[in-house]
Amino acid sequence: MILFYLFAAVAVLASLLVIAQRNPIYSVLFLIASFGALSGLYVLLEAPFVAVIQIIVYAGAIMVLFLFVVMLLNAPHEDTEEDLERGVRLPSAGRVRVFGALLAIALVVELIWVVLASRRAPIAIAGEGVSSVRVIGRTLFTAYAFPFEVTSVLILVALVGSVVLARSKSGDGV
Amino acid sequence: MPTLDHYLLLSAILFAIGTAGVFVRRNLITILLSIEIMLNAVNLTFVAFGRVLGSADGQIIVFFVMTVAAAEAAVGLAIVIALFRHRESLNPDMYRMLKW
Repeated sequence: MILFYLFAAVAVLASLLVIAQRNPIYSVLFLIASFGALSGLYVLLEAPFVAVIQIIVYAGAIMVLFLFVVMLLNAPHEDTEEDLERGVRLPSAGRVRVFGALLAIALVVELIWVVLASRRAPIAIAGEGVSSVRVIGRTLFTAYAFPFEVTSVLILVALVGSVVLARSKSGDGV
Repeated sequence: MPTLDHYLLLSAILFAIGTAGVFVRRNLITILLSIEIMLNAVNLTFVAFGRVLGSADGQIIVFFVMTVAAAEAAVGLAIVIALFRHRESLNPDMYRMLKW
């Protein structure tokens, strides 16, 4: 229970810091901390495989991709002087922010209300979880074989699409 | 022991933080990071439900969600790079025209 609250607090705080930072590099680093806490929660849920791929794939691969792009673009801060000079601040930007924040607060209140108002006893997590990688792999390649193959097509499309999109206009180099 | 409701509430809070990030931040990369927060909140729900139901399906769906997140990050960042080449800015307010 203590571990749950510890990981939950780290995850929520790190996620809040992600959206509170102006510098995207710090955002990415805090998101990695948040993923680490979520990985601990997966261990508490007896899902060690998900916990490991959360660290390796999410924190290790996807976040490094984000870091690469942040450093490649070299435009760390939002609302830079150039942006202000070019007058890109829409007059409605502040209102959009307030509206978005209110919308998010309404969303969290609504979700918590839905969970708490269902008028039932809290469902205890009991019994054995499926922690065996063997069972997961067997299910993945039997019951979920078709979605798994579709996933490979998705990755191919993403690969080709990102190469085409990020290619320079002149077409002489990648 | 934490109950299912604990995990659902945590997931709701994380999802709302991600939603707030999409609206509040004016930086394309931070907006993509907020989407990742939302995807992770959903992953937590899947794993928690799979644990309660004693089935491996929740964890397998998380596997697929991670694949989609990786594809989304790759394509999204490629679009961000292509946009940045045009305007030298990550501010989404810069991109108000469909064509220029």
